[in-house]
Amino acid sequence: MATVELLFSALPEHVRTARLVAAAVARRAGVDETVLDEVRLAVGEACTRAVSLHQSNAVSAPVKVVLIEDEKKFSIEVGDEAPHAPLSGPVPGAHAAGESAEEPGIEEEDEMGLAVISGLVDDVEVTAGESGGLIRMSWPIIPAPALP
Amino acid sequence: MDLSLSTRTVGDRTVVEVGGEIDVYTAPKLREQLVELVNDGSYHLVVDMEGVDFLDSTGLGVLVGGLKRVRAHEGSLRLVCNQERILKIFRITGLTKVFPIHTSVDDAVAATD
Repeated sequence: MATVELLFSALPEHVRTARLVAAAVARRAGVDETVLDEVRLAVGEACTRAVSLHQSNAVSAPVKVVLIEDEKKFSIEVGDEAPHAPLSGPVPGAHAAGESAEEPGIEEEDEMGLAVISGLVDDVEVTAGESGGLIRMSWPIIPAPALP
Repeated sequence: MDLSLSTRTVGDRTVVEVGGEIDVYTAPKLREQLVELVNDGSYHLVVDMEGVDFLDSTGLGVLVGGLKRVRAHEGSLRLVCNQERILKIFRITGLTKVFPIHTSVDDAVAATD
């Protein structure tokens, strides 16, 4: 069973809440203090991506964040319910609509978010299918010293 | 914590002091500020990020957008940042090669290269 589960409406203002909750649970689980900034950023990126996918696909379902404390690692799963195109090769015309020349488009920001996650987290897995996507990340837990 | 923005002019540079968290919720405010400055003819910007507690890829996207805008007018966008946790995000994404990053506002204002 998950240690903490969080469901939030796919709105940008709730991403901060997800970051704060994830960091608090990670700290309690024993994730090293120096890594908490990375946890916060990675969860934020994953949730931002999920919110953007829900909004661009008009998905009304909430974004789901699952925080799991195991003996040796702390895992976070961020799930969206947006239909994903198959990951094999570029989608024809995917960059044609909805992007101005001046600002990075939704897909570019999406890619940058994933780039940040993969740069930050050693253990990360991104899966996607027709019924939604999932980003699974984990960090080692430093065991508490035995009491005398 | 929300985003705080303030601007001031130093010589021919406009310094944008940013504080708080730059994320998917607050980044549009920063984007508006940068667009407004460029539309008003400020093409040499210094973004002071010393008061920033959090920055994600949405914020990076806004800064890249700002850089593109000022470059269209042969301008510049320089960053001021000494915080390791913020600098790390620029390094991961390779953006340290794109933005001149300075250790102080004085340094950024004086830079001409």
